Amino acid sequence: MARALRIWLLLALLAAAALALALSLGSQAIATPDLLRALLHRDDGVDAQIVHELRLPRALAAFGTGGLLALAGALMQVLLRNPLADPYVMGASGGAAVGALTAMLCGLGAAFTQGAAFGGALASTALVFALARREFAGAALADPGLGAPRLLLAGVMLAALWTALVTLLLTLSPEARIRGMLFWLAGDLSAGSGGAAALAVLALLVVAVWPLGRSLNVMLRGPVMALSLGVHVVALRRVLFVLASLATAVAMTSSGAVGFVGLVVPHALRLAIGNDQRVLLPACALAGGSLLLLADTAARTAMAPQQLPVGLVTALLGVPTFLALLLGRAR
Amino acid sequence: MTATTPLLDASDLTLRAGTRELVRGLSLRVHSGELWCVLGPNGSGKTTLLHTLAAVRAPSSGRVVLMGCDVAHTPPEQLARRRGLLTQTVHDSFAASALEVVLLGRHPHHDRWSFDDDEDRRVAHDALAAVDAATLAARDVTTLSGGERQRVAIAALLAQCVPLMLLDEPTAHLDLKHQIGMLEHLRGLVRSGEHAAVIALHDLNLAARFASHALVLGAGSAVGGRTDEVMTESTLSAAFEYPLRRVRVGERWLYVVE
Repeated sequence: MARALRIWLLLALLAAAALALALSLGSQAIATPDLLRALLHRDDGVDAQIVHELRLPRALAAFGTGGLLALAGALMQVLLRNPLADPYVMGASGGAAVGALTAMLCGLGAAFTQGAAFGGALASTALVFALARREFAGAALADPGLGAPRLLLAGVMLAALWTALVTLLLTLSPEARIRGMLFWLAGDLSAGSGGAAALAVLALLVVAVWPLGRSLNVMLRGPVMALSLGVHVVALRRVLFVLASLATAVAMTSSGAVGFVGLVVPHALRLAIGNDQRVLLPACALAGGSLLLLADTAARTAMAPQQLPVGLVTALLGVPTFLALLLGRAR
Repeated sequence: MTATTPLLDASDLTLRAGTRELVRGLSLRVHSGELWCVLGPNGSGKTTLLHTLAAVRAPSSGRVVLMGCDVAHTPPEQLARRRGLLTQTVHDSFAASALEVVLLGRHPHHDRWSFDDDEDRRVAHDALAAVDAATLAARDVTTLSGGERQRVAIAALLAQCVPLMLLDEPTAHLDLKHQIGMLEHLRGLVRSGEHAAVIALHDLNLAARFASHALVLGAGSAVGGRTDEVMTESTLSAAFEYPLRRVRVGERWLYVVE
């Protein structure tokens, strides 16, 4: 427990540093002493206005989204017992994309786009649940080794369907709207909204999953082993599915389909601090949030005034980091 | 619990796999101090029976009573303190040290808030030592050989500290020395009077040497009882559909394929 607290504290400090960096960097750089004053005094000049109206909302949205994606990824990996699972493996990103792009095609505003993304993600998730409902019933356990592969395949097939629909929507769209759509698909935080909701859901989910940690550790060794060790496997799988789907849907509402955070963060943390879910899950929330916050800061400053989609940066940062961790360990 | 109350009382079990009926009307009583081996050809229902006795799957009909409670109406966390199951295959997708895997066996003895304590670690190290795997404690299970992984899985079952141990082919992948060592340890535990074990085995000679009781499955029938009464030439030959001879060597019976 003391070790867990040390790890969380370290990651919380990292998060604070990432936040300070995100708030000070930009077209108008703000030095640290000025930053503190600007944070505390809302009406204290241009710096305060930039911090409160532009950078802080966007930073909170980035942190909340990143934390949710990393948490959802870690939960999906336990649910499917597959280290390659990510938050989008069940087709949630495709469903959200179809919703968001349809709203954009119809020329609806940002709020409608976000609502449609959230609805699309949840609808897609509900569809997977309905298609694979037998995998969430007790009978699936009688057949050890079943369950997860069929659930995974149902999600993958649905994702393929959504990809086809997204292509159709892009084909139908007028040129002027395509750019916004591509940014959404790559993952983009320039709207800078939904941060408070994402953070609140993130906090609630961490508190909700922490007591399940012990059982999740057992679940990683397979459903029959978990059942024989007294875990309510059927109920726990349902809970995991619902919580991970909710986290993914909320995350996609503020940022679109940001990739790699949900895959890379849980993995990197597992290699660094081990696979005890009670330590790992809160750590994922902190590290995922920090990573996306740093990535978004890079996305809006690296080629300023040109803004990049944050999903591009997470891919460019995430892939080499992950490969280095993976290959370094194999040595 | 008196000596006459069975630890496990299965009555009138019918087991199916898909549409195929494996066993009909099987009744089995296991008392503390008994070591049962389950014998039978491939597909005769050994694994299905063990999973049913462990209550990780339900029988098509019949009921299983464990220490006086019908398993169908007992919550999993209570079952987990009364019986443990060693499954035939373990597939590790995620890295973990052998000690961590064995510590999972302590899960039923904790509530959701507690972390493993020194007592858990002592039990886990003892369990690893019992299967000659003390030196594997820090190793990553995904890097272990099949036999080493099997010993770690058996250690996890031992660390669970349950009265009834159900083991599905525990000798699989083990070399000769570790097969004997593991079965001697189980027999020692069972003879101490607190435990019973039901073990699916393929090796008739190991079964005859270590088991007090045997259950022979084959061709839809099941014959159970004391090892020397059940493991006869005629019963085994009929179950395995292959002629077998039983010969006396010193104090022991040996089984020879014709």
